[in-house]
Amino acid sequence: MSEFITRRVLWMVFVLFVVTVITFILMHAVPGGPFSTEKALPESTIEQLNEKYNLDDPLVMQYVEYMKDILIPVVMTGQQQKSLDHEYLINISLPFDDNATLRWVNFGPSYKSVSRPVNDIFRENLPISAQLGVLGVLIAACIGIPLGVIAGLKRNTVYDYAGMGIAVLGVSVPVIIMAPVLQYVFGVLLGWLPVTGWGEPKQMILPTFALGFSQSAVLARLTRASMLQVMHEDYIRTARAKGLRERRVVVVHVLKNSMIPVITVIGPMLAYLMAGTFVVETIFAIPGMGKFFVTSITGRDYPVIMGTILVMAIFLVLANVIVDVVYAWIDPRIRFT
Amino acid sequence: MATTQVQGQPMEPVAAPDNVVQLRDCEQGRSLTADALRRLVRNRAAVLGAIIIVLNVFVAIFAPFFAPKGYDEASFRDNNAVHSWMTHVFPNMKPVSEGGYVTVNDDYLLGADALGRDLLSRIIYGARVSLAVAFIGPAISLSLGLLVGVTAGYMGGKVDNLLMRLVDIMYAFPTYLLIILLMAFFRFAKPESGTFAGALSDLDAALGGMFFIFIGIGLTSWMGTARLSRGLVLCVREMTYVEAARATGARTGWIIVHHILPNIIGPLVVTETLNIPSYISYEAFLSFIGLGVNPPRPSWGGMISEGAQKIQTYPFQAIFPALALFMVMFAFNFLGDGLRDAVDPRLRGVE
Repeated sequence: MSEFITRRVLWMVFVLFVVTVITFILMHAVPGGPFSTEKALPESTIEQLNEKYNLDDPLVMQYVEYMKDILIPVVMTGQQQKSLDHEYLINISLPFDDNATLRWVNFGPSYKSVSRPVNDIFRENLPISAQLGVLGVLIAACIGIPLGVIAGLKRNTVYDYAGMGIAVLGVSVPVIIMAPVLQYVFGVLLGWLPVTGWGEPKQMILPTFALGFSQSAVLARLTRASMLQVMHEDYIRTARAKGLRERRVVVVHVLKNSMIPVITVIGPMLAYLMAGTFVVETIFAIPGMGKFFVTSITGRDYPVIMGTILVMAIFLVLANVIVDVVYAWIDPRIRFT
Repeated sequence: MATTQVQGQPMEPVAAPDNVVQLRDCEQGRSLTADALRRLVRNRAAVLGAIIIVLNVFVAIFAPFFAPKGYDEASFRDNNAVHSWMTHVFPNMKPVSEGGYVTVNDDYLLGADALGRDLLSRIIYGARVSLAVAFIGPAISLSLGLLVGVTAGYMGGKVDNLLMRLVDIMYAFPTYLLIILLMAFFRFAKPESGTFAGALSDLDAALGGMFFIFIGIGLTSWMGTARLSRGLVLCVREMTYVEAARATGARTGWIIVHHILPNIIGPLVVTETLNIPSYISYEAFLSFIGLGVNPPRPSWGGMISEGAQKIQTYPFQAIFPALALFMVMFAFNFLGDGLRDAVDPRLRGVE
C-alpha cells in the first residue's frame, strides 16, 4: 500500500510539473506582454519594467526562477523582509536569531496591481472561492444523494421518474442559466434574498444553490446507477437468501456499497467547482478567485496565471490521488495494476 | 434482481464487477441498430427532444426568414424597450405611462436590448452558434479521442502506456482555465496572412469567431472519449471475428475500420450525445467571459452575460436567452438519455 501511495504521489508531482511547463509555454506564446496596454507606455518604461521582472531572460531561466521562488525555502534577515518582492506564504521565525525567518512559497508579484503580490490574492480571494465550492458541493450532496437513493430503490415508479426528471432538469440548467433566474425570482420578484455580495449567510444561499444544483443532478444519476448495479450483485442475493430483512439488506448492503463511487466523485467535484466558480462570482459580484482567471490571462499577468492554474491543478490532482488511494484501500486488486 | 427475473430476461453471465460494463458494451452490434431505433422512437421524451432539436436547427439555418429584424440592427430610440405583454409578466417593469421606467414598443415581441436590437432576432441568430457547437464539438472530440483511444487500445504496450499517461496529464488541467488560456492564445494571435495560421485566422473571422471555439472545446474534451474508446477496443480486439480477420491476412487498417470501429461506435455516440449539453455550456461560458464569438454576432451566453448586469431593471434580457439555452440543453439531454436507454435498455428496465 505504501508503495502504491508513493507511486501515485510521484506521478502527481510529475503531472504538476508538466502542467506548469505547458502553462508557462502557452501563456508566453500568447502575443503581447503584460505591459502592452491600450494606451501605449513609453518604450523606455516597458524596457525598464521588463528588466525589473526579468522578462528579457530566456524562457527556461524565467521558469527556473519562478519555480525556485515557490519551491525553495530561504532564510532572510532584517530589511529584506519588508519588501513586496519578498512576500512569502509561509514565514517561520528561526530560534537562533531574532531577525532571521525561514520563508517559503513565493508566487511572485502581480504585474497589473503592483501593490498586491499573488500571495495576497490567495490569502484574500481563495478562501471565498473555497467556501463557495464547499457549500456548493454540500448542497449538491444534500439534494442529489437522497434523490438518487429514492429513484434507485423505487425503480420505474413515480418517485424514480420525478427524481430523474429533476436530475435531467439540473443537468440542463448550467450555472449560467440558474444564476440569473434565481436572482430574478428570489432577489427581484420576491425580494427575499440579496442579489449580490458575499459574507452574510443570506447572501450565500443563492450563489451556492446556483452552483450546487447542476452538480446535484450528476450525483443523483450516479447514485441511482450505482444502486441499480449493486442491487444486481450476488452478495445482495445472498443477503436476501439468508433471510435478512429488506430494510437491513438495503441499508447495510446496498447503500453502503453503492456510496463508494459517489463519495469518490465528490473530491474531484469540489476541485472542479472551485475552478468553475467564475460565472457565479461574476453574476453575484462575489470577490473570489474567479475574476483573476480571466483578467490575468487577457492582461498577460504571468505570475497570476501561473499561480491560479497551479493552485487549481494541485487541488484537482490531489483530489484524484486521494480517490485513487481510497479506491485501492477499498479494493486491493487495483494496487497491482 | 427480482424484477429482472420476473420479466424473463436471461441472467447475465457472472463476471468480475469491473468488466461488467465492458462486456455489455461488447454485446452491442450493428444488428441491434434497428432494435435500438425502435426503442428510441417509443421513448416520448427522446422524440420530443429530437423534435425540438430539429426545429431549432431549421430555425437556425433559415434565421433570416424567421427573424423579424437583423441581429445587428440597432435603434437607439428603442433601447431596453419592451412589448406590452411583458409588463404584465415582469411586475417590476412598469411602463413610463404608469409611472415606471420602461419604454413600451410593440414592434419588439421579446423586447430590445441596451442598444435597441431586437431580442427575438438575436436569440434566433444565437441558435446558430449553440447548435454549431452542439454538432461540431462532439465531432472534434470524437475524432481526436478515437484516434488516440484506438491507437492506444490496438497497439497496446508502450504506445498505450504513453498515450494514456498523456490523457492523465490532460485531465489534471483545470478545463475552464485551459480553455481560457487557449482562447486567449487564439484571439490575441495575429498571424500574417498567407501562412497556415493566417488561413485559420481568416477562417475564424469568416465564421464570426466560431472556428476557434470549436478548436478550443475540441482540444479540452477529447480525453474522456479516448479512455472510453481504448477500453472498448481492448475488449473488441480479443473477439474471435477480429482473430478470424487477422488470420485471413487483413491489414491492421482494414481490421480497425471494418471490424473494430463499427462495434465500438454505438456507446461512443451515446456518450458524445450526453456530452453535447456540456459543449453548449462551454460555448456559453466563453461568450459570457467575452472570449466567444465576435460581436455583434449574438450568442446566448454573451446575451445572458449582458442581461445579468441589468437583472434588477430589465430582467428579460437575461431570462429569455437563458430559457432558449435551457430548452436546447434539455432537448439534448432527453435525446441523449433516450439514446442510452435504447442502446442499453437494461439500465432502465423498459423492456
